Amino acid sequence: MTNTSTIARGGGRSSTPRRPNSHRPAKASGLPNWSVPYVLLIPGLLVIAALLLYPLIQVGIIAFQKVGLVQISGRKPATWVGWENFTKIFDNEIFWSALRNTVVFAVLAVTLTLVVGTAVGVLLNKLGKKMSTLVVVGIMFAWAVPPVAQGIIWKWLFDAEAGVINWALNLLPDWLSNLLFGRADWTGEPWLNEAWSIYMVLIICVVWASFPFVAVSVLAGLKGVPAELYEAARVDGSGAWRTFRQITFPLLKPVFAVLTVLSIIWDFKVFSQLYVLMGGPAVREAFNLSIYSYAEAFRPPPKMGSGAAIALVLTVILLIVTAVYVRQLVKQEEM
Amino acid sequence: MSPLARKRLGKVALNTTGLLVFLFAIFPVYWMASTAFKANDQIFTTEFIPFPTHFTFEHLDRVLSEGVAGHSIWLYMRNSAIVALGTVLIGAVFSLLAATAVARFRFKGRNSFLILLLIVQMIPAEALLIPLFLSVKRLGLYDQLLGLIVVNVGLTLPFGIWMLRTFVAAVPKSLEEAAWIDGAGRFTTFWKVLFPLVAPGLVATSIFSFITAWNELIFALVLMSDSSGYTMPVALQYFFGQKGTDWGAIMASSTMMTIPVVVFFLLVQRRMVSGLVAGAVKG
Repeated sequence: MTNTSTIARGGGRSSTPRRPNSHRPAKASGLPNWSVPYVLLIPGLLVIAALLLYPLIQVGIIAFQKVGLVQISGRKPATWVGWENFTKIFDNEIFWSALRNTVVFAVLAVTLTLVVGTAVGVLLNKLGKKMSTLVVVGIMFAWAVPPVAQGIIWKWLFDAEAGVINWALNLLPDWLSNLLFGRADWTGEPWLNEAWSIYMVLIICVVWASFPFVAVSVLAGLKGVPAELYEAARVDGSGAWRTFRQITFPLLKPVFAVLTVLSIIWDFKVFSQLYVLMGGPAVREAFNLSIYSYAEAFRPPPKMGSGAAIALVLTVILLIVTAVYVRQLVKQEEM
Repeated sequence: MSPLARKRLGKVALNTTGLLVFLFAIFPVYWMASTAFKANDQIFTTEFIPFPTHFTFEHLDRVLSEGVAGHSIWLYMRNSAIVALGTVLIGAVFSLLAATAVARFRFKGRNSFLILLLIVQMIPAEALLIPLFLSVKRLGLYDQLLGLIVVNVGLTLPFGIWMLRTFVAAVPKSLEEAAWIDGAGRFTTFWKVLFPLVAPGLVATSIFSFITAWNELIFALVLMSDSSGYTMPVALQYFFGQKGTDWGAIMASSTMMTIPVVVFFLLVQRRMVSGLVAGAVKG
C-alpha cells in the first residue's frame, strides 16, 4: 500500500552499491554478484508460493468442486459442480446473516477501536510521565492476552449465574435499571445464547484487546509532532477538538491509514474470540463468514466445496475493501 | 474559578480518566488470574469477591495432574512451545535472508516482491484452511506437530520479512563496505558485521512470530485430531464441551497460556510498535 514511495525513497538512497562491488574481485563464494539477492530470496519465495499462493489458487478450484468424505480420503476424485456451491450458499439464509454479521461487526469494531484508541493515545500524551507509564503497562496487558483467552475472560465476565457484569447491573438502583432496560433483576441473564448479545460481548472483547495498539501507535505519532504547533494553536484560541481536527489528524494521517487497514483486516475475519464465546460453531444465527466456512468444511458431514466458496467470498470482500481504501489514500496524497 | 484552580482541576480530571482506562484494561486480566486462585465457593457465587480470600492452588494442581482431555496441561504447553519455537527458528533464517536481499540489493523484481509481500498478508487464513488441510493430509503430516509448524511458517513469514527489512535497512551500509574493502568475504561480512547489528531486530521479529504461532487456533483445530497433539488454544476449548463449566480450571489454564505472551510483550513493546507502524509507513 505504501510502497510506491518506499521504493522511490529507497532507490534514491542506494544508488551507490555498485561502486563497492566493482573494485573488488569476484569472491570465493562463486556466485555472480547479480544473482546474490535472488539466491537469498529463494527460501522465502518457495514458502510463500507453496503455503500461500498455491492454496489460494486451490481454494478457487475447490469452490467449484464437490469434496466430501469420500473425496478427502482419496477414494474418489473431486467432481466439478460448476457454480452449484455458490448457488446453494446464496440460497441459504445462514450465509446472508453471516455476511451481515461480518460486515456490521467489522464496521462497529473498527470504528470503536479507532475512536477509543485515539482518545487514549491523546490522553497518554497529556498525562504526566508516571501516570502515562502506568496506563501504558496496563493496556499492554490487555493487548497481550491471546485471542482464545480473551474470549474465555469475557465469557466469564458475562456469565449468566456468577458473572461480574450481571452483578454490576444488579447494583444499579431498580428505578434506573427499569428506566434504561425495562427490568431490575439481572441474575441469570444469559448473554451468550442470542446473536445480538453475543456480538455485543464480542465487540467489547475485541475493542478491549485492540485499542491498546491504536493508542500506543497514536502516542508514538504524537511524540513526533513539534510542540510549537500546539503552542501556536493554543495562542490562537483553538479548542481541543479543533486542534485535533486541524493539527493532530492531518499530521498523523499516515498512521491512521495503516491502523485502519490493519484493523479492517483483523476484524473482518475474527475467529478465535467468537468461537470461544459461542462455545464452538453452536449458534447458527451468530455465525460470521469465517466460522460459517469452518463449520461447512469441517463439521460432519464435511462439505469442503461450499466451505471454500464461503472462504472465497470472504477473501474477495477483504481484497475489495482494502483495495478501495488503499486507492483512495493513494489518490488523496502520495504516502 | 481562578485559572490556577481550573488547571489543577483539569489535571485531576486527566489523571482520573487515565486511572479509569488503566482499570478497564487490567481488570479482566486480573479477574482471570484471581479466579484461578479462588476456591469454588468464591467462584460460583452471585457476590463480588475482589480478592481470593480462600486462596487455593487446587485448580492449578488439577489441570497439571488430572489435566484436560486426558493429558496434563503441561503436554499442551509443550506442544504449543514446540510449534512456536519451530516456527520461529525456520522463520528467522528465511526472513533474515529475504530481508537482507530486499534491504541491501537493488534487483529486478524487487518492487514486485514487496508488493507480493503486502498482498499475501491480506489473504485471510480461512481461505488457506481447506486447501492446506487437504495438502497436509496428503503429505502425511496430519496429526503431527511438524505440519502445524510448516503452516505457521507460511502464516508468519511475509510479515516477518516486512518487519525485519526495516531493521536491516537501519544498519549503516558503510560498516559492511568497510569490511568488504578490508577483504572480508560476502559471508564473513554478513555474519560478523550485519548479523550482530540486526540481532535485536531479529529477536523482536521472532517474538512476534512466536506469539502468532502460540495463539493460533484455527489450523491447530483442524490439523490435530489426537488429543496428545493439541496445542493450548485447542485444549482450552475442551472445557466448554462438558456440563457445568469448571471456571477455576479454565482460568488456571488460560493464565498459564497468557503468562509467556505477557512477558514477551513487555520485553519488546517498543520495537513492536515501531515495527508495525513505522515499518509500514516509512519503509
